[in-house]
Amino acid sequence: MEIPRAESVAAASSRGLHERLQVAGPEREAAVVELHALLLKAARFEVNRRRASLPHLRGDDHEDLAQQSADDALLAVLGKLGEFRGESRFTTWAYKFALLEAGVKVRRRAWQGREVPLEDEAWAVLADARRGVSGEAETRDLIEALGEEIERSLSAHQRAVLVAVTLNDVPIDVLAERLGSSRGALYKTLHDARRKLRAALAERGFDTAERDRSEQR
Amino acid sequence: MSQADDRIDAARILARTLGPGGPELSCEECFAELDRYVELELAGADADGSVPGMRAHLAGCPACDEDHRSLLGLLGDG
Repeated sequence: MEIPRAESVAAASSRGLHERLQVAGPEREAAVVELHALLLKAARFEVNRRRASLPHLRGDDHEDLAQQSADDALLAVLGKLGEFRGESRFTTWAYKFALLEAGVKVRRRAWQGREVPLEDEAWAVLADARRGVSGEAETRDLIEALGEEIERSLSAHQRAVLVAVTLNDVPIDVLAERLGSSRGALYKTLHDARRKLRAALAERGFDTAERDRSEQR
Repeated sequence: MSQADDRIDAARILARTLGPGGPELSCEECFAELDRYVELELAGADADGSVPGMRAHLAGCPACDEDHRSLLGLLGDG
């Protein structure tokens, strides 16, 4: 039976975006345009939120970053439609792809042309922190032991990642790009390094678990 | 810098280098759960109970934490 046009339009608009992206023909094309607009909204939100980290960019550059992010997010979302489990609204699920793309692009642009700081600079950060709490013997000793264990207990790769991300404030996505790696892989390295440091400090009698609990209190 | 600032700086360095103590999600698991987690938070539901390991991961991973704040901010904006 042929459905009258008015009814089919109403049916299309009430049908979810996720569903309309999976049908063939003009309905899908319209759904893709709709999705891109949503992703662009999210990417603009993210770029604007981080505008302060990009003082050297002009307004057009911000819009270009947002557009590129929305385009890349669109491809990612369309490629992963089958992974949407319906545990959140589809728009929320899609937004996170645009925010991720925009966040990574902004961080990388902010670090464009900048060298990743050397490990030596991190030792100065630790030395400053130790001097700052010279009156608190336990914290001072812990920071001193931490510095020693970063040098002694970690592999060269673990040390480079931990020092860059946690002491020199290098964004993990920027480090991943420089090392030809991914956020997930570098975070795994960081996670393993932290476990090693905690174990080494525990062997030396420092109760890092108690420190965690007191921070939460 | 005041003594209080020095103490905060030392605590921040220890927290960043040692990371969260308990079990935590990976970055990939965090991204997979982020939309559900944020909607639960905005609904005032028990997001941490529903997605164990998320809070610890957000405390340990600055990049995922920023993604989380962004999604919360975007949805919170209306």
